[in-house]
Amino acid sequence: MKIFNRLSFTSHPFVATIIVFLAVVTVMLLSAGSGEFPLSPSKVVAALFGFGDEFDQTILIDFRLPRIVMALFVGMSLAVSGAILQGITKNPLASPDLIGITAGASLAVVLFLTLFSDENNSLTVSIQWLPLFAFLGATLTALVVFLLSWKNGIAPFRLLLIGIAVAAFMQAGTTVWILMGPIYRASQATIWTTGSIYGANWSQVSIIMPWSLLFIAISLLLRKQMNILELGDDIATGVGSRVQLNRILLLLVSTGLTGIAVAFAGGIGFVGLLAPHIAKRIVGPKFQSMVLFSAGVGALLVLIADWIARVAFAPIEVPAGVWTAAVGAPYFIFLLLTVRRKGSS
Amino acid sequence: MLNTNTTRVWGIAIGMVCILFLMSASLVYGYTHTTWSKAFLAFFNPTTSNEHIIIRDVRYPRAVIAAFVGACLGVSGAIMQSITRNPLSSPSILGVNAGASFFVVVGVVFLSVQSLQSYMWLSFAGATFAFTLVFVLSSTGREGLTPIKLTLAGSAITALFASFTQGLLVLNETALDQVLFWLAGSVANRPLDLLVNALPYMVVALLLAFIRAKELNVLSIGDDVAIGLGQRTVWIKFFFGACAVVLAGSAVAVAGPIGFVGIIIPHLIRPLIGLDHRWILPYSAMGGAALLLLADIGSRYVLMPQELPVGVMTALIGVPFFIFVARRKVGI
Repeated sequence: MKIFNRLSFTSHPFVATIIVFLAVVTVMLLSAGSGEFPLSPSKVVAALFGFGDEFDQTILIDFRLPRIVMALFVGMSLAVSGAILQGITKNPLASPDLIGITAGASLAVVLFLTLFSDENNSLTVSIQWLPLFAFLGATLTALVVFLLSWKNGIAPFRLLLIGIAVAAFMQAGTTVWILMGPIYRASQATIWTTGSIYGANWSQVSIIMPWSLLFIAISLLLRKQMNILELGDDIATGVGSRVQLNRILLLLVSTGLTGIAVAFAGGIGFVGLLAPHIAKRIVGPKFQSMVLFSAGVGALLVLIADWIARVAFAPIEVPAGVWTAAVGAPYFIFLLLTVRRKGSS
Repeated sequence: MLNTNTTRVWGIAIGMVCILFLMSASLVYGYTHTTWSKAFLAFFNPTTSNEHIIIRDVRYPRAVIAAFVGACLGVSGAIMQSITRNPLSSPSILGVNAGASFFVVVGVVFLSVQSLQSYMWLSFAGATFAFTLVFVLSSTGREGLTPIKLTLAGSAITALFASFTQGLLVLNETALDQVLFWLAGSVANRPLDLLVNALPYMVVALLLAFIRAKELNVLSIGDDVAIGLGQRTVWIKFFFGACAVVLAGSAVAVAGPIGFVGIIIPHLIRPLIGLDHRWILPYSAMGGAALLLLADIGSRYVLMPQELPVGVMTALIGVPFFIFVARRKVGI
């Protein structure tokens, strides 16, 4: 891993974060320019500021941009959610999809779509409520997984085993509800569970954006609590930290972020695992320096995955989740083989 | 519980009767309600009435397929748990089902495979590939093969194959139509020909495993002791690994990926008859058959008039069981 050492920015996390977000903006511009009607970066910028011709603007503003912005927020949310989860469980292998939280949120979303749609397949309540449902699903699942893994504390590997099982249960539940629901909704739900940002629109972006920013801001506010938690429960209690309360608060922030991401992008896997690890390698393990950087990495991952999804086999879409899994699953196995089994007794 | 050979033989006899009973129940119960006497007459005095046709052409293949696929999954799980010394091993957990499914889909998408025979071979190849991959990957690294590493590597490989499968199916919609029914993991609406094709492999693998089951007893004492007793442990593991893979692969080829049967059954069987694999394997076969038959009958009633894929049913039953085993029997 020499290359990572050379890329180390441990003493300059701020610079590193700026660089990663510059990369995010670059990828966004490049992605916005590619597709069936390629646009040069200068045309993209022109169109963004209202100078391009009308055709360019329509393609960009109405079709490509909502998707790209959605990918940005989904990636940031998943990454921060994973960073928090890895911190509070002291488990380097934890991430919302691996311990079943994503599957729980998915089940909640499918419940929402089937319960609140009428015979004409239109929703009877506002789509604004969807993130709340996904959040509830994610939170309940997280609590169930934590309760079931509790046995004189939560051993990291037990958490993962129980998470895998709960995820399987939630997936089975999702299948049951998809089968029970109206056919049109069912086919929609099937596409969506694969993890794809296909068909994102501005109204969805306007729902995810404030929540995502709010939760990421809260996680930054809680950075001190997070660092103390990572020292271990004894030390944390010793310095007067209300350990369990903080842990629950942070868990809620994490499930909230997973919930909103799942609500609009389905189960895009492994981003919550990959992003914090990459971030830790480059800017070091301190939460406050790492969290924004991993948000940037998460955004990059989802942006690139969605870009490939859109362009690689055009006009067919290969869901973004396929590409993140192609990178994430091998990395997970690599971690599994190299990670020390600390505190797993 | 059953600790003399006489009671165990009686147990086998009673088990077979139970399975026959469940198979008959599978003929009788479902959305089209029939009676036991009608089911009897459907075979011995066949008419072309609706009920008779349903019983003969829809429910009969279904019952037979459920019994054989269940038996294969049960034995495959028992063998995998023994050779990996992991109480959580089973074809679905170790990624074998996902690997088999992925290879079949690759065959359908890229090689335009149509014949049932090639489904079978692709399924074997995928099962072998996934099992070897997971086994080798989790054997490397600091601590060697541990149950947790094996299980987690299996689930990562499952995630990988599952998302590749989905990606391929998005690319090719005709393939999607062709394999979607099969990917759901169900014993319903499967042509009996599928089973007939797979049957020789199933039977040979089952018999070979039964005949050499004694070697698993030696192996289960521990590699060191087994080597000391003159056993070629690597060869034995390879042999039983091959049996388990053929059983799981043919089950997938016939019914699609059905999870959790292989993990539940051995845990129910061992308290009943102890640690002798000469009995564990045949009992696991019966247990698997009975469980899948029951789950299949249940799957017709949960969402009446719709049916659940039986794989969903076994997952709903199996997950609480998995959690119980993970909490109690895995040393973490």
